[in-house]
Amino acid sequence: MNSQIWAQIGVGILETFYMVILSTLFAYLLGIPIGIILNITDVNGIKPNRIVNLVVGFITNVLRSVPFLILLVAILPFTRFVVGTTIGSNATIVPLVVAAAPFVARMVESSLKEVDNGVIEAAKAMGSSTWQIITKVLLAEARPSLLVGGVIAFVTILGYSAMAGFVGGGGLGAIAINYGYYRYKTGVMMVTVAILVIIVQVFQEVGIHLVNKSDRRIHS
Amino acid sequence: MIRLENVCKTFTTKDAVVTAADHINLSIEKGEIFGIIGFSGAGKSTLVRCMNLLEVPDEGAVYFDGHDLMKATTKELRAYRKKIGMIFQQFNLLEQRTVIDNVCYPLELEGLSKKEAREKAKEFLEIVDLSEKEKSYPSQLSGGQKQRVAIARALATNPEVLLCDEATSALDPITTNGVLELLKKINEEYGVTIIVITHEMKVVERICDRVAIMNQGVVEEVGDVKEIFLNPKSETSKRLVLSSDHKSELTTNKKCIRIVFDGISSYEPVLADLVLETQVRLNIMGANTEDIGGSAYGQMLIERPDEKSVEIIKNHLNKKGVRFEEFELKEEKEEA
Repeated sequence: MNSQIWAQIGVGILETFYMVILSTLFAYLLGIPIGIILNITDVNGIKPNRIVNLVVGFITNVLRSVPFLILLVAILPFTRFVVGTTIGSNATIVPLVVAAAPFVARMVESSLKEVDNGVIEAAKAMGSSTWQIITKVLLAEARPSLLVGGVIAFVTILGYSAMAGFVGGGGLGAIAINYGYYRYKTGVMMVTVAILVIIVQVFQEVGIHLVNKSDRRIHS
Repeated sequence: MIRLENVCKTFTTKDAVVTAADHINLSIEKGEIFGIIGFSGAGKSTLVRCMNLLEVPDEGAVYFDGHDLMKATTKELRAYRKKIGMIFQQFNLLEQRTVIDNVCYPLELEGLSKKEAREKAKEFLEIVDLSEKEKSYPSQLSGGQKQRVAIARALATNPEVLLCDEATSALDPITTNGVLELLKKINEEYGVTIIVITHEMKVVERICDRVAIMNQGVVEEVGDVKEIFLNPKSETSKRLVLSSDHKSELTTNKKCIRIVFDGISSYEPVLADLVLETQVRLNIMGANTEDIGGSAYGQMLIERPDEKSVEIIKNHLNKKGVRFEEFELKEEKEEA
């Protein structure tokens, strides 16, 4: 392994972070509102609406059923339309967001479902509007659970981002595939995988630690 | 203050239609503490939820201060709800907020700044005597403290009415008394009308002026607490005035004399006098009495002796001015 490859790996790490962080952000930008809609339009939600719930739920499920590699290829025209290219890090962000947003939406929905119904009832009894219940009660009370979801989403998107290497995406995944798989440089592949393992470990452990610290229910 | 007219509410479950409120008419006056008591499943929680439209009745009308809540717009309803505070059995505090920020919540809804809200919230924490806990989180508090926070939060909007849904049912007896005292203080000092939902006669006896007895979605009896305690008419109220511990086989289907202590002096040896002076051998079936400020409150069940002795006992009690009644508790019917 020469210094050139190490330099590439360095760039790969930065690209991976760039892709994963931006994708997670955009996935949440879409996923939080969709998750809120799924939660509040549920039969037991604060604004039940069967039709909206069914339609949004159906679209979410369809997107979640498509295997990521197939989705990646299938939406190439859309990717080109959004970022002007189909290769590189920016082009990877688009399918990552499309794949992750429905997943994030379902996680947000389930986090919000954990909020005690009694607390929502109390908020209603105090004259809260729907919007106030969403922002001040649902999102605020579900915060620890939402953050756990955030860590899980980040790690999942990191895994997806490596797959994007197959179709010309950037990042560590691309290096592992191009050097380790196509050129039989096992050493490079091992190193990149090891780096991915470290990133996942660090984010998982640090993330969960921060979540537990911010949760007001357990510690005394 | 709050008036329910012909309120009906049914719930459809998988296997049955449950009538939680069956043509209920109730009128709660300004400034009183009104109890709604019944066994679980009687429909009391549904009824109290109809008062602020957390449950929307299928039929009937709900008036708050003369305004028909069911005809109010969403915005008007939210404004009315701010005038109707509510506390719950499970406290329902925001777990991720400190005590003081919980009290701030309704103030934030009003659009107060964080600083103004905090200042106002402090006053309410003082009323419930929890100032030193303002920075704690609900998970660090005891049940009684949590309910005090909930009360402070409910008071923050200066409500005219406070609905208490089984507010003391999750608390131990001593804590219960503390919370009841607080409710009484709020009623007396701030003129807040209070509606108390409970399954415990003790709670009603302690703080309520009037009470409604509910059973299976119907109000069976409404009246002054003293009157109902002294002379319960419906089967439900008879069962309720006997606290659960002597609702045994011993007392069902047996004729008894129920002696009521409604504030006579605790120092008066009522029973000893009764036995010594009448020379009747008494069999006590059950009793629960309590001393509140030197006066005795409670009741005692005595097995009914033969006719002649009954007359003697009645004469003696009448002479002493002790309230009593002949009492028979029918066997509990299987509830539907």
